[in-house]
Amino acid sequence: MSISRHLAAALVAALAMVLAVLAPRPASATQIQRVVSPGGIEAWLVEEHSIPLISVQFSFLGGATQDPPGKEGLANMVSGLLDEGAGEYDSQAFQLRLQERAIRLSFDASRDNFSGNLKTLSRNLDEALGMLRLALSEPRFDSEAVERIRAQIQTGLRFKAQDPDEVAGKLWFDLAFSGHPYARPVEGTPETVAALQTADLKGYVARVLARGNLRIAVVGDIDAASLGARLDQVFGALPARADLSDVASTRVAAGPVRRIVDMDIPQTVIKFGLPGIPRKDPDFIPAFIVNHILGGGGFSSRLYAQVREKHGYAYSVYSGLYTLDHAPILYGAVATRNDKAADSLALIEAELARLAAGGPSAEELEAAKKFLTGSYALRFDSSGKIASELVGIQLEGLGIDYINRRNELIEQVTIEQVRAVAARLLGTGGLIAAIVGRPAGLEEIRPGG
Amino acid sequence: MRCLPRYLFLAFLAGLYALAALSTAGAAPKAERFAPDASGFTLENGMRVVVIPDHRTPVVTHMVWYNVGAADEPEGKSGVAHFLEHLMFKGTPAHPDAAFSRIVAELGGQENAFTSQDYTAYYQRVARRHLPLVMGLEADRMVNLDLKEGVIAAEREVVLEERRSRTDNDPGSQLSEEMSAALYRSHPYGRPIIGWEHEIRALNRADAIDFYNTYYSPNNAILIVAGDTTADEVRALAERIYGKVKRRAEPGPRLRPAEPPQRAERRVTLVHERVEQASLQRQYDVPGENGTAGEAEAMDVLAELLGGGSTSRLYRKLVIEDQIATSVGAYYSGTALDNGEFGLYAVPRGDTPLSTLDDALDATLAALIDGGVDATELQRTKDKLVAEAVYAQDSQYLLTRAFGTALTTGRAIEDVQDWPQRISNVSAEAVIGVARKYLLRERSVTGILVPAGKKQAEKSDNRS
Repeated sequence: MSISRHLAAALVAALAMVLAVLAPRPASATQIQRVVSPGGIEAWLVEEHSIPLISVQFSFLGGATQDPPGKEGLANMVSGLLDEGAGEYDSQAFQLRLQERAIRLSFDASRDNFSGNLKTLSRNLDEALGMLRLALSEPRFDSEAVERIRAQIQTGLRFKAQDPDEVAGKLWFDLAFSGHPYARPVEGTPETVAALQTADLKGYVARVLARGNLRIAVVGDIDAASLGARLDQVFGALPARADLSDVASTRVAAGPVRRIVDMDIPQTVIKFGLPGIPRKDPDFIPAFIVNHILGGGGFSSRLYAQVREKHGYAYSVYSGLYTLDHAPILYGAVATRNDKAADSLALIEAELARLAAGGPSAEELEAAKKFLTGSYALRFDSSGKIASELVGIQLEGLGIDYINRRNELIEQVTIEQVRAVAARLLGTGGLIAAIVGRPAGLEEIRPGG
Repeated sequence: MRCLPRYLFLAFLAGLYALAALSTAGAAPKAERFAPDASGFTLENGMRVVVIPDHRTPVVTHMVWYNVGAADEPEGKSGVAHFLEHLMFKGTPAHPDAAFSRIVAELGGQENAFTSQDYTAYYQRVARRHLPLVMGLEADRMVNLDLKEGVIAAEREVVLEERRSRTDNDPGSQLSEEMSAALYRSHPYGRPIIGWEHEIRALNRADAIDFYNTYYSPNNAILIVAGDTTADEVRALAERIYGKVKRRAEPGPRLRPAEPPQRAERRVTLVHERVEQASLQRQYDVPGENGTAGEAEAMDVLAELLGGGSTSRLYRKLVIEDQIATSVGAYYSGTALDNGEFGLYAVPRGDTPLSTLDDALDATLAALIDGGVDATELQRTKDKLVAEAVYAQDSQYLLTRAFGTALTTGRAIEDVQDWPQRISNVSAEAVIGVARKYLLRERSVTGILVPAGKKQAEKSDNRS
C-alpha cells in the first residue's frame, strides 16, 4: 500500500480552515500563522520556501511524570520504540522506508513532555507524514525491537552510572524534589527498565498521546491550506483527550543542602540550584534578566568573570532559569579541580549573596537588555530552531503574538524590579548542591542542618 | 540509534563533523550543487574571502579561519594553538580587557572559537547591520593582540580545567587519546589538540606570542560570511576593513612529518575502575581528501553503508541478527590536510566477549568485500548522504563550517559545491576497492575499554 497516495487523494477533498494571524515583522522577520484543521487540530506555521525542506516539531504534555511508580523509564523507552516498527512495517522495513526517502524522525521524553521531530525534503512530505501517523497510532512493539532497545537503554545506564555529570544531575533532582515525580530518573534504573512490559508501553501510548494535550509547529516549504488538511491525516486518529495522572505542584527543597558522592576523578562536578520563578509570575522577565547577569550570559556573566576569568577555577560555569511545569528552578553547574572545589562553591555563593543584597548595577541591566533583545533574532535563523521556539511558546501558553511582545517586555524592566527580584530569587535559603568527585575541604550539609 | 554511550557518541559526532564538513557539502538526491550561490575572491594582502548568501533572516554568521592548528605546533609545545585561541579574547590596545566580548554581547551577538589539528577559527553571529563592526574587531585582533602577563596564569588553569572536563574525567576520552597516539608514530595528529597536560603547564606568554606572530596574518586567513548579505557588499566591507591589515608573516608550506608505513596492527587496552560497560573501537590510518581522487568519496559511502544507522550492515548483523552488540557504527573523517581516519565501534550486548565483536567486525568487512554491494543498497546509501546536504543548508553555522574546513585543508570552494555529484558517481567497485585496500588490520589500532576487576562479571548479568 502506498500511504502517500492515500493521503494525496484525501487532501484534494479536504478543505482546510485556516486562520492566519499575520504578525508584523518582528526582529526575526518570522511570520507565524495559526492553522486549524477541519478536524480542529491546531498548528503554528512559518512558511519558508527557499529551501525544499519541512520541519515538524510537536509535544504531548505529560512526559516521564506519567510513568507509574516503579515503572520509571517508561516514557523514555516508548520514545525509543515508536520508530522501531508500526502498522504493516516491522523495524527494519520501517527504518528502510525512512532511509530511502532521507526522512528524519525521532522522539524524546523529558520530565514534562513527550516530543517528536520530523524533517523531510518537501517532495517526500506525504510519505514522511504517513510514517509519522503510523508511528503515533500503530506502533508494533515487536519483542525483538523491545528487547534490543531495552538492552541499549541498559547499556546507556551503565555508561552514565560512571559519568560525573549524569550522577550529579540525578542527585540534584533527588535532593531538590524528594518524593515528587521530578525526583525520579527519566531513563529509569536498571531494575525498572528490566521490568517494563509491552503492555506498559502500549498503555503509555494510549494514555498520553492524544489530540487534547498536543502542541504542533511546522516550518518550511508548505502553505497553510496544505498543512491544515494534512494535520487530520497525521494526528486525527489519536484519542481526543489524554488520561493524565495529576502531578502535584511543588518547589525546590529548602537549602542549604550539600551532598557529596565519592568518585575517583581529578575534577569535581557540582550542580547547584534554588527555587526559581514561575513563567506566569510577573517577576519572571526581571528574574530572567537577573539570571542572565548572574550566570546566563555567555562570556559576560558574573559567575564567568569571577570563577573563570579572574581565578581560573573552571572552564565551564553557568546558571539557568528553568520553568518546569510543576516547579520553577534556578539551576547551575561548575566543574573544578578537586582542591579548588570548595573555593569555587564559595565564590558562587558569594556572588549569589552579593547580587541578592545589592542587585545588578544600572550598567549591567542595560547591557543585559541589549544582549537579550538583540540576540532574540538568532533563535529564528533555521527551520529547526524556529519550530522548537514555536512549540516552546505554545507549551508555556504565552500566545501567538509573544514573539512581537517579548523584546518590549524586556525593555520595560526597571532597576527597581531587578533589585527586588534579585533579593526574592537569590536571597532566600542556601543552595541545594550535588557534588561528585573528591573535593578537598567540602563538608556535607544535611537537610535542616 | 539511541543511547550511544557518551564517549562513543562524541567520537561518532566527531566523525560526523568531519563528514558534515565534507558532507555538509551535499545536496538533494538529484545531486544539486551544495550552496550554489557561494562565491569567493582574494584581497590584495592575500586574505581569502568566501560569501554564502542566505536571506531568510536578517542575521549573518561572520568567521575568520586561520590555516594553522595543533598539528602545526613546535615539538614540546602541544596545546599552544588552542591556548592562543583562548588568549585571543584578552584584548588589544584599541579594545582592552574583555572589550571584544562585551561589545559583541551588547550587539546581541553570539561568539565563540574552535581549534582543530588543521585550523583555528573565530566567529560571531549578529544582526546584519552589525557586520562592519565585528569585522573591525576581528581585523584588530588579527595583528594587535596585547597580552598582559597577568592574564596568562589564570587562563592556563582554565585550559587545564577544560582538559580535565574533556579527557581526564572520562575513561572513554582517555582511550581515544591513547589510540590516536598509537595510530600516529611520527605525524603530529597523534598529539591531542588540547595538548598533553605537562606541556600545557609549561606554556607561557612568549610561546603564545611566537605562535601568533608566525601564523596570524591576513595572507594566512580566510574570511567567511554567511547570511543576509551579498558578495558585493562583503567585498566592499572586506577591502575597507581587512584590506588595511598588513601582511606580517609568511608561514610557508605546511609540511608535517609523514607517517611511516605501518606493518603490524596495534592494540590499546584501558582497564579502569570507573568503567562499568566494556566497549571496542578500531581506527584505520587511511588517506584524507587530498589523497587519490575519488577515494575519499568512496570511503564516505563505505562508512555510511557499514555503520550509518539502523539499516547499515553492521547494525543489521551485530545488533539485530546476532544480538551480540547494543550499538555499532562507522565513520570516515577525511577533512584533513594530511591523513584521514576510518573508524568502527561496537558495544557488547550482555556478556558477549569483546573478542567476539572484534571477529564480527572483520567478518562483516569480509562479507562486504567478498559479496559486494547490490545496486539498491548502494543507491539508497548515496541518496541519504546527498540528502543530508539539504538539511545542512538550513544552518548558517554548518554552511560556514563546511567551507572553512575545506579551505583550510587544501580544498577549494568548488570541491565543496560538487561533493554531491562526486558522491553520486561512486561505484560499487570503488567502495569495495577502498575497503580492500585500506581496511586492513595492519593499518589499524584497536582500542578496548574494560571494567577493572570482577566488576564486569558482576554487573553484566543483564539479559541479552
